[in-house]
Parts: sequence; C-alpha cells; structure tokens
Amino acid sequence: MGAQKKGATARVSEDPEELARHPLQAILLADSFTTKFRPITLERPKVLLPLVNIPMINYTLAWLESAGVEEVFVFCCAHSKQVIDYLESSEWSSQPNFSVTTIESHNSISAGDALRLIYERNVIHGDFVLIRGDTVSNMSLTQALQEHKDRRKKDANAIMTMVVKQSKPSPITQQSRLGTDELFMAINPVTKQLLYYEDKAEYSKGFISLDKTLIADNPSVILHNDKQDCYIDICSQEVLSLFTDNFDYQHLRRHFVKGLLVDDIMGYKIFTHEIHSSYAARIDNFRSYDTISKDIIQRWTYPFVPDVLCGSSAIKVERQGTYRASDVTLSRSAQLGSFIFIGQGTKIGNDTKISHSVIGERCTIGSNVTIEGSYIWNNVTIEDGCQLRNAIVCDGVILKSGAVLQPGVILSFKVVVGQQFVVPAYSKVSLLQQPTQQDSDEELEYADSTSGTGELRSDKLNGDIAPDLSETASELGTGGVGYIWKVFEGAYDEEWRHSVAPIPTDKLVKLMLDRDEDEELLTQDGNVISASGELKTDSDGNGSEDDDNEDSRDDYVSFEKEVEATFLRAVHENVKVDLAVLEVNALRLSYNMASVDCGGAIFYSMMKLAVESPHNSASELHRNAADIVTTWQKLLKSFLHDIDEEIEVILKFEEMCLESAKDFAALFPQVFLMICLDLEDALMGSR
Amino acid sequence: MDFQVVVLAGGNSKNLTPLVSKELPKPLLPVANCPVLYYVLHQLEQSNLKDLIVVVEGEDAALLVGAWISGTFIDRLHVEIAAVPEDIGTAGALRAISHHLTAKDILVVSGDLVSDVPPGALAATHRRHDAAVTTMLCSIPVSGPSESGSSGGKDKAKKLGRYNIIGLDPSKQFLLHIATEIEKDARISKRILHAVGQMEMRSDLMDAHMYAFKRSVLQEVLDVKDTFQSLKEDVLPYLVRSQLKSEALLNRTPQGEENGNEKVSSQNNQAFISRILANASTPSFHGIYSKNPDGSSSTRKTHKCCVYIASSSSYCVRLNSIQAFMDINRDVTGDADHLLSPNNIIGPSPKLGTKTTVGPNCRLGEGSEMGDKCQVKRSIIGRHCRIGSHVKVVNSVVMNHVTIGDGCIIQGSVICSNVQLQERVELKDCQVGAGFVVTAGSEYKAESLAKKEK
Repeated sequence: MGAQKKGATARVSEDPEELARHPLQAILLADSFTTKFRPITLERPKVLLPLVNIPMINYTLAWLESAGVEEVFVFCCAHSKQVIDYLESSEWSSQPNFSVTTIESHNSISAGDALRLIYERNVIHGDFVLIRGDTVSNMSLTQALQEHKDRRKKDANAIMTMVVKQSKPSPITQQSRLGTDELFMAINPVTKQLLYYEDKAEYSKGFISLDKTLIADNPSVILHNDKQDCYIDICSQEVLSLFTDNFDYQHLRRHFVKGLLVDDIMGYKIFTHEIHSSYAARIDNFRSYDTISKDIIQRWTYPFVPDVLCGSSAIKVERQGTYRASDVTLSRSAQLGSFIFIGQGTKIGNDTKISHSVIGERCTIGSNVTIEGSYIWNNVTIEDGCQLRNAIVCDGVILKSGAVLQPGVILSFKVVVGQQFVVPAYSKVSLLQQPTQQDSDEELEYADSTSGTGELRSDKLNGDIAPDLSETASELGTGGVGYIWKVFEGAYDEEWRHSVAPIPTDKLVKLMLDRDEDEELLTQDGNVISASGELKTDSDGNGSEDDDNEDSRDDYVSFEKEVEATFLRAVHENVKVDLAVLEVNALRLSYNMASVDCGGAIFYSMMKLAVESPHNSASELHRNAADIVTTWQKLLKSFLHDIDEEIEVILKFEEMCLESAKDFAALFPQVFLMICLDLEDALMGSR
Repeated sequence: MDFQVVVLAGGNSKNLTPLVSKELPKPLLPVANCPVLYYVLHQLEQSNLKDLIVVVEGEDAALLVGAWISGTFIDRLHVEIAAVPEDIGTAGALRAISHHLTAKDILVVSGDLVSDVPPGALAATHRRHDAAVTTMLCSIPVSGPSESGSSGGKDKAKKLGRYNIIGLDPSKQFLLHIATEIEKDARISKRILHAVGQMEMRSDLMDAHMYAFKRSVLQEVLDVKDTFQSLKEDVLPYLVRSQLKSEALLNRTPQGEENGNEKVSSQNNQAFISRILANASTPSFHGIYSKNPDGSSSTRKTHKCCVYIASSSSYCVRLNSIQAFMDINRDVTGDADHLLSPNNIIGPSPKLGTKTTVGPNCRLGEGSEMGDKCQVKRSIIGRHCRIGSHVKVVNSVVMNHVTIGDGCIIQGSVICSNVQLQERVELKDCQVGAGFVVTAGSEYKAESLAKKEK
C-alpha cells in the first residue's frame, strides 16, 4: 500500500492531469451519529434498516456504483459487526470494478472523528465523494465532479462542492417535507459559492444576520430558504486534513461548513451544485423515512426502485404502484389500495384493507386488518381486527387480535402488543428499557456505539425477557411484551414534527395562530431595536468600559499581593536579586502591567516589611526601612528606568503614609530624603 | 392620468455650500447652464405627468423657484408651489402638504435627480402590481469620479460605507428588504424569506429617490407614524418590513380602492379593473401567503412593495454633493448629453478672441466673451461671463456673470455667479461662492471660498 501510494504521488507531481485518472473514491459513513431512530437503532444500525424492504445502504452503494465511484470506504462504528457481516455476505463484496472496504471504529462519536480516522489510514488519494449510508439518490455525478475539478484548477481553495436541491419548506411548520429543519443559505448566483449556512434556525429570532463585508464583497447574493441539503459532498483531500487540524470539528455541517465560512484566514471556499431533475435525499428522521419510502414506491428514484434493485424477477410492479412478490398468499376478499409493497412469503387474510404501506417478507396478516401508511418489516404477525395507521413495525413484532396502533407509533424488534390494546400516538415501544440517563449531548450515540456493548445488551435481553413479561404486561395489554418509552419533557412538542405520521390539522391551525402572534411580537421588537438600537449600544459601551476599569483595579490589587508575596519569599529565603527580578517580571507580564506598577508594588512591599518587622521607636523603624531599601536596592532599581517611574514610587510612599498614618507619617521627611538619595543613586547607577 | 407628482425640490443644502445660497437655492443650481430642477420637470413632462406640486424648503426659495418655473414651463405643466419649513425631512414635507394630495397614486420625486429614466415607467409598474409603494432602483455609477480631481478618492471611500442593501424576489419585481448604512450586519426578516423562498441581496443598486405611493397608504403611514422623518430611511423600510402584515389597512375602515377588500370594492370601477389585472398576472407570493392551508383567503392583509429597476445603460445620479455636481456637469456635457434639450441651452455664439480654443464637451452660455489665447476643456461657462486673455479653464464649472482676469488657471473648480477673479489667479479643486472676489496672483488648492455671512 505504501509503495503504491508513493507511486501515485510521484505521478501526480509529474502531471496534474494524472489526478483525474485516479479511481474515484467515496467515503460512506454508515453511522449517523444521532439518536433519532431510537429505539430501533439500539438493536440494528440505521443503514441496515429496510427501506421498502431493502437495506438503506444498498440504495447508497448502488447509486455510488452507477455514478462511477470505484472504491468505497464504509466507515462503521455503531453495530459495526452487523454492518461488516452484512456487507461481506452481500453481493457488494464481490463486484468487479467496485470495491467496498470497511473501516471499523469503536470509539468515534461523530463524523469528525470518523474523518480523522480515515485521514490516519491514508487511503484517500484525490477528490472523493462524502456521503451517509442513508442517502437515496439517482443524480449523475459527472457534471458536479467536472465543476469541482475546474474550480480546483483555478482556485486551490475550492475544496468542497455541496449538492443542493430545490425544496421549499412549509411556511407553517417551517420544515421541509423530509422533516428537517428549515435551512438558510446564501449563495453567490454567479460563482455558486456558499456564503452562509444556517440549519439550526433559532425560532425565536425573526431575522437572519448577514455580515456586512459579505454583502460588500459580493454585489449580488441570493438568500435561499427553498433549498434542501442533500448531504452529498464532493470533497478534496484537504477536507480530511482540515478535520485533523481542527480536532474540535464534530458535525459536518454545524462545525465544518460553518467553520470554513467564518474562517477567512485560510480562505477555503465551499461551492454548491444544484440538481434539478434528479433525486437526492437523506433519511434523517422518521418523517423522511416515510417521505422517501413513498418517493421510492412512486419511482422518483428510478432506477433505484425495489423491482430493479432486487435483480431477480421476484417482485413485480402492477397497476396503481403496487409491488408484489411472486409468492404472496392473498385472500380473495383482501382489498389492496394504491402504492403498496408486499414482500415474499407474506400471507394476508380476508377483508383486510391495505393502502400506502410497505409490508415485508414472511409476514402473517389476519382478517379484517386495516393498514394505512405504515411500514411493516419482516416476520411480523398481525392478528385479526388490528388497525395500523402511520406506524413503523419492526421485525418479529406480534400484534394480538384487536390491537390498535395510533398514528406515529414505532414498535421496535419483537415487541408484542396485547389483545385489544391501543398504543397511544407517537409511542415508541421497545423490548429494551429506555436509557435512563439521556446523553448530555443529545446528538451523540455513545453507549451503544460499539458492537461489544450491543452484544452484551442482547445477552442480557435474552435472559430478561421472561421476567419482564409479567412486569410489562400492564404496559402493553395482556400478553404484551415491551416498554413504552417515555417522552421527555419538552421533547414532546418535537414528536409530531419528525414522526412518520402526517402533522395533524389541529397542530397546523395552532401553529398558524402562534405564528401570527409571534409576528406581532417580532415586528414590535424590530421596531424597538431599530428605534433605539444606537442608544442601546452606546450604553452598553459605557457599561463595558466601567467593567474594564473595575477589572483593571482588581487586577492591580491582586498583582500587588503577588509581588508582595514574591518579595517576602525573596527576603526570607534569601533568593538572589536576579531571580527575584525575573519572578516579578513574570508577574508583570502575566498581569499585563507596566514596569512602573512593579516599582510601586515592590516599594510598597518593602515599606510594609519595614513596618511589620518588630520595632520600638520611630528611629528603629527608619533604620529597618533603610536596611531593606539598601539591601533590595537593585531589585527596585531594575524597574525604575526614568524620572516618571521614580515619581510614581514617591507618590506610592505618600499614599502609604496617608493610609498608615501613625507609623510613617512621622518618618516621612527622613524616609523621603533617603529615597530621594537612593533613587538618585539608582539613576546614577543606571546611567 | 390619475397620478399626482410631488417634486421634493429642497432648499439650502448644507452639502452644497458654498454653491447654493439664499439667492440661489439648490433647485436652481445650474447644471450645464440649466437649473437642476429642469431635468426632473422635463422628464415628467415627457411622461405626460403634468399635475405637479413642487415642494421647496423656505419661503424665499419657494418664491425664486416659483418665478423660474412659471417663466419656463408656463402653460406646459400645471404646477403648484408649496413652501415648507426647513429641516422637517422628506416625510415631514409630504405630511405638510398632505391635504393637497387627492389623486389615487402619488409619485414622489427628488428635485435633484438627473436622470433619463422615464418616470412613466415607474408609474406603470406601480399600477400594474397595484402596489402600495414602488421605488426606482438604478445601478450605482461605476465610472468613478477618480479621474476628476483629488477629492475623488475620499468620496469613494465614503460611498462604500453608504451603499444600500436591497433584497429582491427572484422575478426582480418586489422589494423584500432595504437597508442603508448598516453598522455591522444585515438583518433579514425570516418571515418574508419564508414566504418568498429565495431573496436576492444586491449591494450594487441605489435607491434613486423616485417613489410611487398609493395615496391612502402614504397618508395613513404619515398620520400614524408621526415620528417618521424621511421617506427613504423611515417610510419605505417600514412599508417593506410590514408588507406581509399590513397595518396600514387595518386601522381604518378600508376604502374601496384598497386591495384585498371584498365588501365595497365593486363601487369603484377602476379599482376593480386594476384588481383583475393584478390577478391576471402570475400570482405573487403575497397572494399565496395570505391564504390559509385549506385555500380560503384569510384575514391577513398584505401589501406589495415593488421596484422598477432602471436598465444599467440609463443615466441616473442625484445631485447631493459637490462631487456629484462636478460629475453631473461632466456627464451631461459628455456621455449623457441626450438629457439636454438643445433649444434651451445653446445661446447665440459667444465672442471668442484669437487663438482661443474650446475643446469638446464644453458649454458656453450666451453673451460670454473670451480674450485671446484662452483654453477651455471639459468645462461649462455660464452666461455673460467675461474672460480675459491667456486663461485656462479645465474640468470646471463657471456660472453666470463671472469675471476672470488675464492669465488665470482654473482646474476642477466651481466658480459661482458674480465672482470676480483678478489677474493670475490659480485655482485647483476649489469652490468659490457667489459674489466672492479673489485677489490678483493668489493661489488656492482644494479650498472652499465664500463671502462671510452678513
């Protein structure tokens, strides 16, 4: 590998055109580093979750292969064992001209860590495609790659091209149809350079702040609220090294992209490539799972649709967007609506109604069942009379007769719902108990990110199922198995936003009303700000100045104390003058003081020492003071370079005399004389 | 045409001292021997907008301006002169003459605009969209003032800090954001961005101070927001900001001519037609925004803020600084000479001495006399000037009744009326106020010379 790499770089230096002939590489992050798909992702990695009956990662890999990528590095972290096993057993391990290499990590907690690890492996030799394992696309990379390369030739700082797509967020919920938060981008319409990126919009803020220089530098900037980030990036090698340089970059967008946009020292630039007719979307949450599944069934992602991807003729497309495997056992009286998928070996009973749903393989569905807009994975048993609306039902789940799933329910692996039990809307049910301690950073999946703990957990699970049965019976009806996860305070509001179920109308109405109220507030706020903005900043300025003054005063007091301590130590431990000078100098630098302050502080310490050392009469005190001054003359001298500084010292003495009136006041003339002489000496000496 | 035009002619501009004075208010400041106000009035006349109110600051100035207009545009335009106190701002001036406004739409033009953009185009845009306000934008002139004198660089630096930030919708018809003189960053309302989807931020456009307002909206804003001083700084940004939540139409019972009202509208035929026209054009985001998700029209009121963007080849400059005065004089005689109607400018040929050369891009007023061996390049010389021998005038403006002694050299300067330059005076980048006497042999550079106020 080393030799090969050396050869490659040597060739690059000879001929820049050679760069283009590198095999196109891609990094596929098979870990989303989020917890949005919990509880399902506690047991299975997100990229292996079936999307219309095919694991998500297959869509991504199939697209990469078709787009001309020859070498893919799959980075796996959470449940890495499962991902590796899957890839090894799948057809991807044996493709000609398309190599899939896995990179395993057990301790990466973010995309940043992943890219740093890949950088260390030193496997990327040129431009590469950075993609998540949960991305579905059918775009052609040729044009975007060419644009990227052309830009790179002209400007070596153009290190990344982001793929964006038109998608206007709903004006009411302010989220896209993929359930992601609204995104604000500023793009230069001519160069397509990305100038501003804000994805976690603060709802409380009614405005966007664009930097003045940004507008001054670009005569025309287009602010987009109607674009969707596809999370397909064409990157140059520098991106990896940048992640290594900036070890605090974690999130690809929030840290890396924003970091580059803010940083104008390095001058790295990010550009965008907009796709118009092709498809690209990332499954970020349950809502996008729902949306993208529907898009796949409606063949927007062609050629990446189930009947083509499966290869064999096992799945047939029929009228009204119905996909049916060859050996489905279907009752005559079952009513199949439009846009449904039914996998192999599934049996469907009498009078069952199914529409807009995906049903996996080897499922058994009883009679009089209603299934609408739901995703039922493999080996699921649904007994008679159940009703499912907008739910996700994972492998091995059993719904006993008469069970009802209200919209937005997620049933994780092997959950059993008891007879006639109604699972409330937006519930998440799992055999695993909800992690009691929520990670401090909600974005990161720590606990289950290694395969080791995953296995541990499954061991525990096997042992625990039996006793749990009785305990949880009440939670999911008679005979039910599983825990209903509690929704955390505050998060409840977010549940419906990202759920598989469409947003209920009453929520929309409420949102609209809220928005109107907000607007009133915002317009008022806006007025207030614009009217008195100047005044406010002024008063702020004054305030901070005062603070500064106070700070410096505090600083001086503590500085004086430090100097005194240093001086006393020097006296008691017989430290050499040079060393004492050095120490005081260090203090001066750390407190950012002038040498005048040092002189004052040292003199203050000297006099204080003289006062505190035992004395009976004024003359004794005088002698003490004189002794000290003569002994430490050199120290004092090294901080007094000109008249001003000496005057400062004398003023200091005056100040002390006023403070400790009784001791020094009497001595003032004598000591003053002495100091003057000393200083004269010092001055003479220095000259 | 149901448009009333308000020309805000101004009065004594501080920026233009010493060029303007009590005797010569800003509207009458000659540009290529023709008062600056003429250019605006001429364009309005061309667009058949003949119902004018000219607002002048100060009674004396109003008298002077009125006298000139009645002399020049008699029986061509229907002009009313209104005098308003000084320093009440553009919004204040409109407020003061508010009771004169009767037409459905009001066109407000700054009197110092020298432009070849037809105001009629702005009015038509305004009508087409049934907008609450329409503003004209023009590109910032790139032909820099750098070539004309040393003060250019300074002025340019100032300009950079003064540009407008303008947000437009993708069709470039609607004004979504406007800001001037921002301190550090531009704040763009997310609400408007939500409604439109994308907004183009431009910093290469300039607000040309030509606006069309719907009268009812304008009067209401002026009434309710009595602290508003300036059209550009207060009224226009306010209307743009509140375009998706129009307060202007909520406070008062709406009259038939206002859009979005179903009850009384059919009485007014014209408003009805204009609404049909508005609906016929592609539905704007305003309409979409004001609908509830179920498709019914909601109670939310919107108004439209439109723009008319002058083509980049058109000429459009405001005379609001001495530098601009120099530039406009140069351009009007040079690149943009189509602005001048010939009959008004060329008087009887002036008397020239022997070996005197007058270069291209020059104007000489009637009755001016020049001595021998003079040189005039890229300059404008007013009426009845007496210029001695061996005089060199380059890149300068000389107004009327100026006496220039022998051997003077004048570069990049403005010489106001009735100035006397004695022999061998050298001026470079100077402004000489009216009636000033420059003594023989003196030299000045980049100075402003004026008589002391008595």
